[in-house]
Amino acid sequence: MAAIFQGVGAAAPLSSSLSNSFDSNKSVFSPRRSFSVRKRASFAVVRSDGIVNLNPNGRSAQRLVSNAVATKADGPAASSSSKPGHELLLFEALQEGLEEEMERDPRVCVMGEDVGHYGGSYKVTKGLAKRFGDLRVLDTPIAENSFTGMGIGAAMTGLRPVIEGMNMGFLLLAFNQISNNCGMLHYTSGGQFTIPVVIRGPGGVGRQLGAEHSQRLESYFQSIPGIQMVACSTPYNAKGLMKAAIRSENPVILFEHVLLYNLKERIPDEDYICNLEEAEMVRPGEHVTILTYSRMRYHVMQAAKTLVNKGYDPEVIDIRSLKPFDLHTIGNSVKKTHRVLIVEECMRTGGIGASLTAAITENFNDYLDAPIMCLSSQDVPTPYAGTLEEVTVVQPAQIVTAVEQLCQ
Amino acid sequence: MPTLLSAWFNSHQPNLHPPSFYSLSLFRSSHPPPSPNPTLAMALSRFASSSRSGSLLKPLSSAISLRRPISTDTTPITLETSVPFTAHQCEAPSRTVQTSANELLTFFRDMALMRRMEIAADSLYKAKLIRGFCHLYDGQEAVAVGMEAALTKKDCIITAYRDHCTFMARGGTLLEVFAELMGRQAGCSRGKGGSMHFYKKDSNFYGGHGIVGAQVPLGCGLAFAQKYSKDEAVTFALYGDGAANQGQLFEALNISALWDLPAILVCENNHYGMGTAEWRAAKSPAYYKRGDYAPGLKVDGMDVLAVKQACTFAKEHALKNGPIILEMDTYRYHGHSMSDPGSTYRTRDEITGVRQERDPIERIRKLILSHDLATEKELKDIEKEVRKEVDDAIAQAKENPVPESSELFTNVYAKGLGVESFGADRKEVRATLP
Repeated sequence: MAAIFQGVGAAAPLSSSLSNSFDSNKSVFSPRRSFSVRKRASFAVVRSDGIVNLNPNGRSAQRLVSNAVATKADGPAASSSSKPGHELLLFEALQEGLEEEMERDPRVCVMGEDVGHYGGSYKVTKGLAKRFGDLRVLDTPIAENSFTGMGIGAAMTGLRPVIEGMNMGFLLLAFNQISNNCGMLHYTSGGQFTIPVVIRGPGGVGRQLGAEHSQRLESYFQSIPGIQMVACSTPYNAKGLMKAAIRSENPVILFEHVLLYNLKERIPDEDYICNLEEAEMVRPGEHVTILTYSRMRYHVMQAAKTLVNKGYDPEVIDIRSLKPFDLHTIGNSVKKTHRVLIVEECMRTGGIGASLTAAITENFNDYLDAPIMCLSSQDVPTPYAGTLEEVTVVQPAQIVTAVEQLCQ
Repeated sequence: MPTLLSAWFNSHQPNLHPPSFYSLSLFRSSHPPPSPNPTLAMALSRFASSSRSGSLLKPLSSAISLRRPISTDTTPITLETSVPFTAHQCEAPSRTVQTSANELLTFFRDMALMRRMEIAADSLYKAKLIRGFCHLYDGQEAVAVGMEAALTKKDCIITAYRDHCTFMARGGTLLEVFAELMGRQAGCSRGKGGSMHFYKKDSNFYGGHGIVGAQVPLGCGLAFAQKYSKDEAVTFALYGDGAANQGQLFEALNISALWDLPAILVCENNHYGMGTAEWRAAKSPAYYKRGDYAPGLKVDGMDVLAVKQACTFAKEHALKNGPIILEMDTYRYHGHSMSDPGSTYRTRDEITGVRQERDPIERIRKLILSHDLATEKELKDIEKEVRKEVDDAIAQAKENPVPESSELFTNVYAKGLGVESFGADRKEVRATLP
């Protein structure tokens, strides 16, 4: 009961042929698994270079052709000088990263629901079971609490499990294991055990998935001491962060986004990792620092185009590391621009933006010319209706308005 | 409402044994006690057979004052466990166990040490040197000692918060225990874990967990790792009768059975989940049967030999057939923790009754005395020695310093990867990953 991809070209993040292709013997669907939303998906595919292809039946057809992604210091442009690299989609990048790490280190194993024979509900683990066998790519029953615990127990002995939550929201069932065991065992054992797990899964607001399947757990997990959280947003950093997370001795929660799996980008052929605690400079600028992560990066870049046309020069930073924050990069940016706008997808109350605001205010208050503005999703369960859902998350127009307000 | 003792008796129907388990019919010794002097042996055995009371032996041995070389004697002695095992979905192991004088004396010493340690922890808690939660294991020592005797250090043990004695059985020292309880640097977790977080990685003891039931999936994960690495070892995941009602237990058991993991789930049934008696918490208090498709065995947890036999059987079984559940029928004399008097939900008569009838240390003492493996004085000497050891360790632990303030921030993350848990302006942004 998961999204099925139709193909690369006209790819949809979520397909609804679910109910048709599902095993007809199973007539009872447990409520929380009903991913099948409707027959014809109305969706948008956002390419990593900012081109937005909207379904003609869809809503606000704001066709923005943008070349919004600036050259990054450690981005593909710099390293593509040696080799041409290869193009792939984000989920394929994750798969490549995972496969390379599994090949490199025999202790890496994957456990999750439908990761093995099914190939993964978002195809991140496709083909791995055939290649590495049932002992390394493990199909678990629907028992998040216990299989997360089992992954942590295995990590205590030195294995390096990658635990997949089919949707991040399901990991709430494993909250005790993640908080108490995963985060704290290194400390309470006086350093005897390390827990090198990677807990990953798609989260975020999708296309009308309903409240329970549109959860953003970064705000719930951020207080847990002992874990690291990273959010990927491009195929390049998805692969890099996946590899770094697997190699790290600390428990890392890798937040992916349901709508970003089909982003296409050209990534280097050679082996590379992305630093887990580093933020990514997406677009250097002078007037305002816009901090964002995951899907909101694309809304920000879309707004950036409008802003550039209006004469503003925003500096866009994808913070990537949600815990701990890369205050070094952020601080340098604040010192330069003196204005901060945070654009995030999680809820206003107690979200990543709230913590980031506090951290920046505590450390860089002298450098700020204006109060920090934080745009977050509304504090509501995500509604099903498309129009309401759109209003729940931050839209590019709001970002433009916010920057204009900040820069007055 | 049945009293605990009668309930225990009834559950072992048909139980025709009188309350005292040390009656002659149960013990069959195949060899007379060894002695350097055959004449002496005959004299001794004549005395012994004429009366089972140990006091008659005392004047004779003290008069002759011979130091019999019993402590290292490994001649096998065959005994029977107190009650037969009850099995679910498997063949119960035999009641007959092989042991030796050496082993019995080791058991006695280890259990006496644990008992003394827990009593000392009780006084330390009352003196406010130990704070927070302190869950004592006295009464249940046989489970820790018997289990350890059946395992190697390659096998993993994971338990909940009543972990002081299990830690000791796995090779922990008294200093580490008391220092950790008092929050000092020399503690096994550097003073940062406390009573509920004892770990010993080098002997595969995985703790030490505060949340009821959460250690069982961890234990199944350990078993998974053992299978993954082809260790040919097993994991014993211990939990209590209270935790037996946790859903994650059944989830983990399901996965373990599906993947054929060498996991042994051991329910230390001391009949009370803090203040709630088992019949009030579990619709089916037959915990060994609750694995359904997984085989189970019910064991008298106050009989160290039965525990050892069951654990040996379980280890063999798990390596071949996957998970198995052991239910150890045991009892704790103290309350659930130091803040629980332990008498509001059970009668003092019940506690003293169990102490008289089923105490694990007394059982071994009577076994040793009746088989003439040591004199009462020697056993008392062992207890004195043990007491002194404990006192010395406490004195040493009291001298130990508290952790440095900088220790607050160490071990939050594994170091070496540029991650700090505090600080804004990190100079070193890049880190080298392996």
